[in-house]
Amino acid sequence: MADRTVLEDADIGGKTDRAVVRDALGVGVAVGLSGFAFGVTSAGGGLTLLQTCALSLLVFTGASQFALVGALAAGGSPFTAAAGAFFLGVRNAFYGLRLSQLLALPRAVRPFAAQWVIDETTAVALGQPTRRAARLGFVVTGLTLYVLWNLTTLLGALGAEAIGDTDAWGLDAAGPAVFLALLAPMLKSGTERAVAALAVLLGLGLLPVLPAGVPVLLAALAAPVVLWADGRRKGQEDTR
Amino acid sequence: MNVWIAIAATFLGCYAVKLAGLLVPAGTLERPLVKRLAALLPVALLAALTAQQTFADGQTLVLDARAMGVTATAPAAGMLRRWPGRTR
Repeated sequence: MADRTVLEDADIGGKTDRAVVRDALGVGVAVGLSGFAFGVTSAGGGLTLLQTCALSLLVFTGASQFALVGALAAGGSPFTAAAGAFFLGVRNAFYGLRLSQLLALPRAVRPFAAQWVIDETTAVALGQPTRRAARLGFVVTGLTLYVLWNLTTLLGALGAEAIGDTDAWGLDAAGPAVFLALLAPMLKSGTERAVAALAVLLGLGLLPVLPAGVPVLLAALAAPVVLWADGRRKGQEDTR
Repeated sequence: MNVWIAIAATFLGCYAVKLAGLLVPAGTLERPLVKRLAALLPVALLAALTAQQTFADGQTLVLDARAMGVTATAPAAGMLRRWPGRTR
């Protein structure tokens, strides 16, 4: 009964099931394109077709995948490469925290739902007015993205093998372009921009002197350093 | 072989954090400082990665066609910024 009231409210709010599905599919198309870019980048970076597809099927979180193949292509050790990818994936734990309250999934379902806990499914689910709509949004976005991401990864990798030298086609810019697209919406305030600027300095400055993959991990220190500086400045303003 | 080790390690690590978020009781990680740090960590990593993959050739820094390619996509990245739903 309570459910029905919520549903009627949702309809009055203009959020029908169809509208939720439209939200979900809209996100899916954009992500399909970056799946293609991943396939090209990964194959261009020297991974086999099987390795490229295994990454999309198993890891299924774009930024980590791009980071991993980038680090491996640059000659990083498997462990520094995996560590960078892992740190990028840590944000998904915080999405999971919010989703688990919002979706109220049964315990038995959680191990399966976990694979779909990523930027886009979280964005769509959090944007819905009711639990029912949030669940629908999560499932439709998750399924659409999983299928599209893996399909376009395969096509991208096959395409890269067919055209040979991806660098000559300018496709080596696909990786950084995708990172930039992920980064841009995060740069909301001065704090984020300061972190990004410091991380760029560390990442480029340490590159010539440290083994491949390590500078990126050290660049992550920009986050606690800027937070600490922010906290100090706020503290001083308060005592003034 | 090395690549497969990296793939396995990344899979296990990334799946574990996804599942951890769904399994741990609410409130465990909800401390403001932890949340701020978790939001800023990807900013630092993505910025460093973007810069390196744009300007690095092995261990040397270079300015080549990639810089132009990435600059060309910047307006598109700006558009994503206004994309509804991507407001976190």
